Amino acid sequence: MNVVVCVKQIPDPAAPAALDPGTHNLVRSGKLILDDSDAYGVEMALQLADAAGGGEVTLVSMAPNGETSGLRTALAMGAAKAILVSDDSLAGSDALSTAKVLAAAIRRAEPDLVIAATESTDGYTGTTPVQVAELLGLPSVTFAKKVEVDGQTVKVERQTEAGYDEVTSPLPAVVTVTAGVVEPRYPSFKGIMAAKSKPVDTLTAADLGLDGSQVGAGGARQQIISVVEAEARSAGEVVVDEGDAHERVIQFLEQLKIL
Amino acid sequence: MSIETIWVLAEVADGKPITTSLELITQARSLAGTVEAVAWGPGTADVAGTLGEHGVTTVHDVGDIGDALPGVPVASAVAAAVAAGKGPDAILFPATYDGRDIAGRLSAKLDRPVLTNVVGLSADDGGLVSQHAIFGGTQVVTARFTGEGPGIFVVRAKSFAAEPSGGAAAAVVPLAVDDTGATNTAVVVARHVEERSGPKLDEADVVVSGGRGLGEKDSYAMIEELAGLLKGAPGASRAIVDAGWVPYAYQVGQTGKTVKPTVYLACGISGATQHLVGMKNAKNIIAINKDQDAPIFTVADLGIVGDVHKVVPKLIEALKARG
Ligand SMILES: Cc1cc2nc3c(=O)[nH]c(=O)nc-3n(C[C@H](O)[C@H](O)[C@H](O)COP(=O)(O)OP(=O)(O)OC[C@H]3O[C@@H](n4cnc5c(N)ncnc54)[C@H](O)[C@@H]3O)c2cc1C
Ligand SMILES: Nc1ncnc2c1ncn2[C@@H]1O[C@H](COP(=O)(O)O)[C@@H](O)[C@H]1O
Repeated sequence: MNVVVCVKQIPDPAAPAALDPGTHNLVRSGKLILDDSDAYGVEMALQLADAAGGGEVTLVSMAPNGETSGLRTALAMGAAKAILVSDDSLAGSDALSTAKVLAAAIRRAEPDLVIAATESTDGYTGTTPVQVAELLGLPSVTFAKKVEVDGQTVKVERQTEAGYDEVTSPLPAVVTVTAGVVEPRYPSFKGIMAAKSKPVDTLTAADLGLDGSQVGAGGARQQIISVVEAEARSAGEVVVDEGDAHERVIQFLEQLKIL
Repeated sequence: MSIETIWVLAEVADGKPITTSLELITQARSLAGTVEAVAWGPGTADVAGTLGEHGVTTVHDVGDIGDALPGVPVASAVAAAVAAGKGPDAILFPATYDGRDIAGRLSAKLDRPVLTNVVGLSADDGGLVSQHAIFGGTQVVTARFTGEGPGIFVVRAKSFAAEPSGGAAAAVVPLAVDDTGATNTAVVVARHVEERSGPKLDEADVVVSGGRGLGEKDSYAMIEELAGLLKGAPGASRAIVDAGWVPYAYQVGQTGKTVKPTVYLACGISGATQHLVGMKNAKNIIAINKDQDAPIFTVADLGIVGDVHKVVPKLIEALKARG
């Protein structure tokens, strides 16, 4: 079974984030890393391919400046190869443009299953994978907290408001996974060495038959009008517990007429 | 561009429109002359009254979709209406599991982008604009759509207050589903309801949340007990959801629920920006954390620097003693 995993390469979330004052795009200079949310998808894909008795895991990523650091991390975990779409014309892509690029790249890999995260750490629009599914004409199951493949059927436990649904879908399909579905492995030393020589196929938007009116800032049909500071909330009273702080909590709740 | 008609996705749960849909309908009233709803499922006629009371004149009813997930059929039906020139100027979706699926599908079908994580909506000379909280809610971005076609907005819960306007029951008209081909082949084979007693997390007046500071899964029991004594709902940080201590439905924050209770009590939660966006609009915040420099104290009205394993059990005892 061949699985494609969409992996986003993002600025380190621990570093302070900023918007470019001119374009209002997220500043994406500096080294990018594998989005933690996608590490779950990579692990899931590796386990499913393994359980199916073989097949390859291919990574698909769209990133600026030919960035591969995040892809190398996922290759070191065990993915076989990667398709990277990188092109200056893609800067400023919205989620739908991103989905068009990813869908075109995924088509090349002819997967049985496509896995993505429910939402990315930096953009968190949470719609890209479903848009990809629609563009590819595939069914999708989002918010998976458990995934199994049985022959040509994927079985998913899908998170719901009330609990979860058991959902089945014929393959090929797109599945998005929540954090915690599986425990991502740490790349081994051997894995890291092997990753260096694994193939990364780098393509431009034009290679995929997409032109500038469809993707990137040229294709964006949404616009940022302003960015302002939000109203801040200020700190209140602080009590160091000397064994009776719970009494202050009770008092506070009484004042609010909760008690 | 003037906004004449807005459609709102009216999601139905337990026989009622969900609160977030009613919040969106309420806000839509102040933005457009006509507010209509899109609903699916066998019970649309039963919610036409509540929807009408909130200002909806017409419910476009996709009808019973059987065991299908709503993403494909509902988006197909709306896309067909738009293609036939019967669509609205904007469509508002609650940021729920199904709302996001439908919005994403619709966006690709109409070749229109989608604006997500909306926390405010207003109108100016150029049409609708949306507000988005970024960087942990420290900055607010205002955005709009350009180009032809309806704006697709996915809005977070609690962005507006739901208020009835006293309208008559909405008219229910069918909205036909186009051919959906292979996309509509995922089916629900079983539904599981995880029992949760007390009020719902996003509607409770008191929310008591626990984080990694609880140390171990078993300690979460005291959060549930405290929430129960305060007639509130238990919540959680993502750290303990990811660790598998509690289900995802308990998560408060950027990728979880937005809550606005009268009191939010954070126990052993550091206050990462992604947690704060989900709870910092609570009317009152109490935090218990052993680290006096924990960021949660920057938003707490009452901060207790102490050990949750000492403070929370005493709080529970004191509340029990009051009977
Ligand atoms: C894209 C993205 C989305 C995210 N979405 C969310 C989200 O929706 N919700 C969310 O919560 N997080 C979210 N996070 C994660 C967030 O960044 C934090 O990692 C998480 O909130 C930390 O949870 P915590 O406060 O329980 O754990 P920690 O940060 O580990 O904090 C534990 C706290 O407990 C205190 N403590 C320890 N022992 C005790 C004790 N005995 N008594 C009292 N205090 C004690 C410590 O001082 C510390 O402050 C997201 C992250 C990303 C990248
Ligand atoms: N540029 C990208 N490259 C690869 N995958 C992506 C990209 N953008 C989004 N995705 C995938 O889609 C998921 C949801 O992204 P988002 O819609 O930005 O929240 C991510 O977690 C990835 O799995």
